[in-house]
Amino acid sequence: MSLAVASSSEAPRARRGAVGWALGLIVPATLALAYEAAFRAGAVQGRLLPPPSVVLATLWSLARSGELATHALATLARVGLGFVFGAGAGVLVGALTGASATARKLLDPTLQALRAVPSLAWVPLFILWFGIFESSKIALIAVGVFFPVYLGVMGAIAGVDRKIVEVGRVFRLGRAELARRILLPAILPDAVIALRSGLGLGFMFVVAAEIMGASEGLGYLLVDGQQLGKADQIAAAIIAFAVLGKLCDAALVIATRPLLRWRDSHARAEEA
Amino acid sequence: MLRLDGLSKTYPNATQALRGVTLEMKEGEIVAFVGGSGCGKTTMLRLVAGLEAASAGSVEIDGEIIREPHPWVGVIFQEPRLLPWLTVAQNIGFGLSALPRAERDARVEEALLRVGLAGYGGRWPRELSGGQAQRVAIVRALVARPKVLLLDEPFSALDAFTRASLHDHLLGLWQARRPTLVLVTHDVEEAVTLADRVIVMQPRPGRVFADLTLDLPRPRDTLAHDFSDAKRRILKALDGSLQAEAQAAATPDTVGAWW
Repeated sequence: MSLAVASSSEAPRARRGAVGWALGLIVPATLALAYEAAFRAGAVQGRLLPPPSVVLATLWSLARSGELATHALATLARVGLGFVFGAGAGVLVGALTGASATARKLLDPTLQALRAVPSLAWVPLFILWFGIFESSKIALIAVGVFFPVYLGVMGAIAGVDRKIVEVGRVFRLGRAELARRILLPAILPDAVIALRSGLGLGFMFVVAAEIMGASEGLGYLLVDGQQLGKADQIAAAIIAFAVLGKLCDAALVIATRPLLRWRDSHARAEEA
Repeated sequence: MLRLDGLSKTYPNATQALRGVTLEMKEGEIVAFVGGSGCGKTTMLRLVAGLEAASAGSVEIDGEIIREPHPWVGVIFQEPRLLPWLTVAQNIGFGLSALPRAERDARVEEALLRVGLAGYGGRWPRELSGGQAQRVAIVRALVARPKVLLLDEPFSALDAFTRASLHDHLLGLWQARRPTLVLVTHDVEEAVTLADRVIVMQPRPGRVFADLTLDLPRPRDTLAHDFSDAKRRILKALDGSLQAEAQAAATPDTVGAWW
């Protein structure tokens, strides 16, 4: 089955992929067009929820004035930094607790307790510690990213098949070699999923951080739109968040795809 | 020469898996270990592989004591245990990273050819059938040119037809360099097909019950009289080992043991 997939030419698969993509557009496009039609016919006023044409016009004018890029870049920089710190710590600590039962018994209960704290509860403390500018925002995002990455990496390492590890032992791999040639590739699929959910949480937390107080960023656009009653600007910012989040996730998937080529993935079988 | 001297293994939960196994296996000999479950045959294999430490006694190959995995010892498990993120060729060459690339590639190519998988080097393990995957596992162990090859019920998960074909592959590969083969199996027919010598083990604690030499010509004809005679001898010994266990279990000094 998988052989047939691999040897069949790429073109038909790409076409099927495009068809699947188009199918996903039917529902949102229909809803948008229906709402637009209702607005034009005067059935809805569109003050609280502006029609797509108005939202797109707002988005366009934000883009042309360069404001959109400024805000998107500010948000992206915060998510990026928070992701680097949070995911880095999550991978390191997760690897430690996944590989050593002692470390797990020592650290995991504390971390699980901290995980149970609603993350916004950290905000006052972070503002006290780091001030109201960038550092407290990045710290909050890093906390949000840390936990899913930590959990995913720990679970993946603890779950590596003992039988595969034994193959490494039979071939007399040392600790570093075992980590590089067996453990790392074995956890990679799960680690990528953990990084993706971490990134998703990063975007959730950047909104919280920017709503708390920021002078730029997509979250600022949200607050600004609320205070000035500009529903179209809020909707535009939401769309920008969706696009940015999706693009970042896709970039992560594409960047890691070459490493996961070997996998017998269900998704691939279904696509085919 | 592979020597087991008073080899014993007691697990931390006080289960004695192996007690005082002393055996010598000649270079190039094919020795099959048979016995019911709990007779310690897999434990014995793991001790020889250096995957577990003996509680007492020693394993020695050509005068060298084996305490941990050793380059002279190859292992083939019940499952192929191929690394799914490496291609077939990379899997075969996994243990050869110390060799220069050209030499490694040459050995891998030759190995693929010998097991009828020429042209499969670039495939992923998931694209192989069970029999093909086990063939790859066999050559992965053999390309490192071990003096002793350990096989832990390597064909038990395969259908009869594939198993017979793998027996032929294994014997063909063995012919080339004649390592000592230590085969653990619960299939008496397999033992008679492959082995020069069959060790019947007795369970709880695992020890040697009988040591039978098979003097049959190769290739072996599974329908010949001497083949079924050999099978009968082994089955009789197996029967004896189980009766001995039943008697031992009935004696008072084992009352209260874990089983």
